[in-house]
Amino acid sequence: MTQRYSALLAALFASLMLSQAPAHADGLEDVVKRGTLKVAVPQDFPPFGSVGPDMKPRGLDIDTAKLLAEQLKVKLELTPVNSTNRIPFLTTGKVDLVISSLGKNPEREKVIDFSSAYAPFYLAVFGPPDAAIKTLDDLKGKTISVTRGAIEDIELTKVAPEGVTIKRFEDNNTTIAAYLAGQVDLIASGNVVMVAISEKNPKRVPALKVKLKDSPVYVGVNKNEPALLDKVNQILATAKTDGSLEKNSQTWLKEPLPADL
Amino acid sequence: MAYQFDFIPVIQNTDLLLRGALFTLELTAIGAVFGVGLGIVGALVRAWNIRPFSAIFGVYVELIRNTPFLVQLFFIFFGLPSLGVQISEWQAAVLAMVINLGAYSTEIIRAGIQAIPRGQLEAAAALAMSRFEAFRHVILLPALGKVWPALSSQIIIVMLGSAVCSQIATEELSFAANFIQSRNFRAFETYALTTLIYLCMALLIRQLLNWIGRRYISRSSAGSSQ
Repeated sequence: MTQRYSALLAALFASLMLSQAPAHADGLEDVVKRGTLKVAVPQDFPPFGSVGPDMKPRGLDIDTAKLLAEQLKVKLELTPVNSTNRIPFLTTGKVDLVISSLGKNPEREKVIDFSSAYAPFYLAVFGPPDAAIKTLDDLKGKTISVTRGAIEDIELTKVAPEGVTIKRFEDNNTTIAAYLAGQVDLIASGNVVMVAISEKNPKRVPALKVKLKDSPVYVGVNKNEPALLDKVNQILATAKTDGSLEKNSQTWLKEPLPADL
Repeated sequence: MAYQFDFIPVIQNTDLLLRGALFTLELTAIGAVFGVGLGIVGALVRAWNIRPFSAIFGVYVELIRNTPFLVQLFFIFFGLPSLGVQISEWQAAVLAMVINLGAYSTEIIRAGIQAIPRGQLEAAAALAMSRFEAFRHVILLPALGKVWPALSSQIIIVMLGSAVCSQIATEELSFAANFIQSRNFRAFETYALTTLIYLCMALLIRQLLNWIGRRYISRSSAGSSQ
């Protein structure tokens, strides 16, 4: 009798817990009820997020946020953040999602959850489209410009085979200028930087040659929000198959969505 | 917590610093020889007012002396390729140094030439010196002797100024220092050692130029004025 009573109590308690949890902290339900999706986006990191000529935020992250809001059939409310405060904005509940060119790493994974990736972000060696370079070995005998001390410098120095000449410049602009002036054969940098070049100097458009470090970007979701995370992943999966993510990548990054994303 | 000084990561890279310092000296040597050579030509053209070169050198001197060295360097390295002139980073560095020193030394040496009394040239003619002898002993060497300290200082300024050539990835001493600093983040230690090396190099060059001045320039100018 006592045993049956305690089992009943346990079941009651468990069901209470289950029903309590979503009622308290179901981000998805909150969003739908509120009718707005609050998203933290970058405002100083083109092409992911910047302020357009009409003073409105624009970029790949903003378009991704729009896509999610449309699919959730709610209004979108954007909050501009920077790289240091974007995670606190999420964890303190000021926003529902962080879509702010956020890369995944173990420290961040302790604090928040990540959706599936929605866009590529990588460091690589770039060069003229007709240059036949596919592997690190092909870099032999080539001159590569890189910004001294940047992550791409460290990565390139680590993997560059013997016979590669690395020219280290003071900042991104001189690194790019050296490439555009033809002072070096190739340039090591981020894909985002390459977009800026191809927009400004179509004469020597840099194409991807060898990837150095891959760090695609994810939507950040608070911990213990399985419903919201599932919904985001579901929308992103659909967007990937119906070509929406491909379109965003083409529009903002000027390159197709990588197959391994 | 006080900063913990640690020179070991920098000492380990001494070979990089020394290689950089050697390259700086090489750049300076080439730059000084051709720069002063250009300066001598410019000074003669200006002092004797040889048309139309005098005006051309006038524009050149004003253009170089009134624009930053870094901009001149960037123009040569990043700008000229647009006109089809493609030169490597050390060639650009040397060229910028020669052009820069050439402009300053034109003015320095011209002052020396103009300080020579006309009577000395007439005296040389009276002594039946050949034009070349007169030029060498009565004009050039005395003129250089008068301005040698100023010229030495200008060469050292150009040597120290070559630090900015690291901006176009010329691997001289400052480049080595920046590189080491970007890897171990020991800014104080790296730049302290680099400062010391520059100081030694500047003192060394000054001693060398003083010796050259005493041995080859002042002596002959003293001889000619006797």
